[in-house]
Amino acid sequence: MADNSMTTDQRNIMKFDPKDHEIALSTEDLRVFYGKSEAISEGDLQFERYKISALIGPSGSGKSTYLRSLNRMNDRIATVKGKIMYRGLDINSNDIDVYEMRRHIGMVFQRPNPFAKSIYENIAFALRQRGMNKKQDLDEIVERSLRQAAMWDQVKDDLNKSALALSGGQQQRLCIARAIAIKPDILLLDEPASALDPISTSQVEDTLLELKQNYTIIIVTHNMQQASRISDYTAFFNLGKVLEYAETGDIFTNPQVDLTNDYISGNFG
Amino acid sequence: MDKIRESLLKKSIATKIERRGKIISLFCLALIVGIVFLIFYFVASRGLATFFQNHINLWQFLSGTQWNPGTNGTNGQPAVGALPMILGSFLITILSALIATPFAIGTAVFMTEISPRRGAKILRPVTELLVGIPSVVYGFIGLQVVVPFVRHTFGGSGYGILSGTFVLFVMILPTVTSMSADALNAVPRYYREASLALGATRWQTIYKVVLRAAIPGMLTAIVFGMARAFGEALAVQMVIGNATLLPQNLVSPASTLTSILTMGIGNTVMGSLQNNALWSLAMILLLMSLVFNLVIRYIGRKGKLNHER
Repeated sequence: MADNSMTTDQRNIMKFDPKDHEIALSTEDLRVFYGKSEAISEGDLQFERYKISALIGPSGSGKSTYLRSLNRMNDRIATVKGKIMYRGLDINSNDIDVYEMRRHIGMVFQRPNPFAKSIYENIAFALRQRGMNKKQDLDEIVERSLRQAAMWDQVKDDLNKSALALSGGQQQRLCIARAIAIKPDILLLDEPASALDPISTSQVEDTLLELKQNYTIIIVTHNMQQASRISDYTAFFNLGKVLEYAETGDIFTNPQVDLTNDYISGNFG
Repeated sequence: MDKIRESLLKKSIATKIERRGKIISLFCLALIVGIVFLIFYFVASRGLATFFQNHINLWQFLSGTQWNPGTNGTNGQPAVGALPMILGSFLITILSALIATPFAIGTAVFMTEISPRRGAKILRPVTELLVGIPSVVYGFIGLQVVVPFVRHTFGGSGYGILSGTFVLFVMILPTVTSMSADALNAVPRYYREASLALGATRWQTIYKVVLRAAIPGMLTAIVFGMARAFGEALAVQMVIGNATLLPQNLVSPASTLTSILTMGIGNTVMGSLQNNALWSLAMILLLMSLVFNLVIRYIGRKGKLNHER
């Protein structure tokens, strides 16, 4: 082994003891290809239930690609190989009903992307697609979702207003409310606060901490303070590989891998 | 230092060229605007002469059903009733748009949502080719194929609104299709992602999200197609029968504003009532294309508001 490969081969990936930790989602040897180029070469991670796991790393490290593969949003864009285990099933196989699976593994995107409909209809959209049409049920879920996303009090009188009239932070929380309206198990968030100002960011973060009680959350962020503020576990991605995965406290105070240390102390990235 | 001062005060060649370019482009613009105004003026002055010089009542012109300028109708008034043509034009336009729209939307959805690669490779060149075919070719095929087909299937002589509708349907289909495809392509990708991430199926995403968001663009496409159908002369003239009668059914010979114009304009004397009446038809055509344009602008502006707000 050459000397310089020592540092790049350094890895420290935590595995949970299934006796003490309930695993909500895990990946085994996940590989993602864009055409012929490999974007993710090895992604072996386990995500504990009702915790927030953060994926950090420099741009182009593959963290978003990895996240989008988890609920197969990359299906028509890239080739995803390997296993994604959810409730004992490999959801990356062809036998899985992708649409049904996405109901359990929801996603919120980097840019707030509400539909050009009213606030109410944004949340009711997915429910209506599932055949739920009773006004009473819809009303109830809309209210519950907005409460969980901590924005009910701000918008309860404006439910019929266009969602596009909301501020960026409110739009993003509406997107979160929309995602949790269908009661997923797991919520994937792809840099949900990167397009937001600091106040909106902290609102979204508060919402996530609130949601942790009922949801398993996996969040991609390029903001290390954010990762350390809200996450329980942190994975560090570099060049398509997970180099380190540990408890957030450990990763930020005592990283085992040199590159992680370099990244979180601001030496690159 | 003085050289620099000098050069700063002198107009450089680049500045002069720039000014010349500005003048040239301004001239081109003025020319086009001028031509448009002149066309409007000319058509209006001739078209209005029917009403002011020949003292034809406007209402009589729009609602009369007898067309034979130069002679008097059964009521003793000059027979310049344009209703059969106006009705023919509108009927043929609306019917062809009605038939073309579902086909166009289906094709556009296939091209953009279902199989973008094949859509770009095969369908786009095909639709562009269809736009480029001269209308006389469409008319000829209509005459040789559509008219006999209509005659055998629906009866009558085969000449009539229905044949015209079929020909126009094929003629406007590529326009409406490619513009609808553009409208669908303009729907931001994150709309689709948002919908899919919520567990909606591809069909639900297309139907409930993408198509809804593209409605203004697709309406524009349809109105564009209607404008083209309304203005098409040659192909329609070849299959419609050109009888200035109020259309009783879809397979009896009828006429449109354009077909009567192309048929008659060479056979009349400038300044006569026959000639002026044809100009009045042209004026209606011009006004209608103006209306179509305004509708398109209105839809466009409303669509933009929907997206931005």
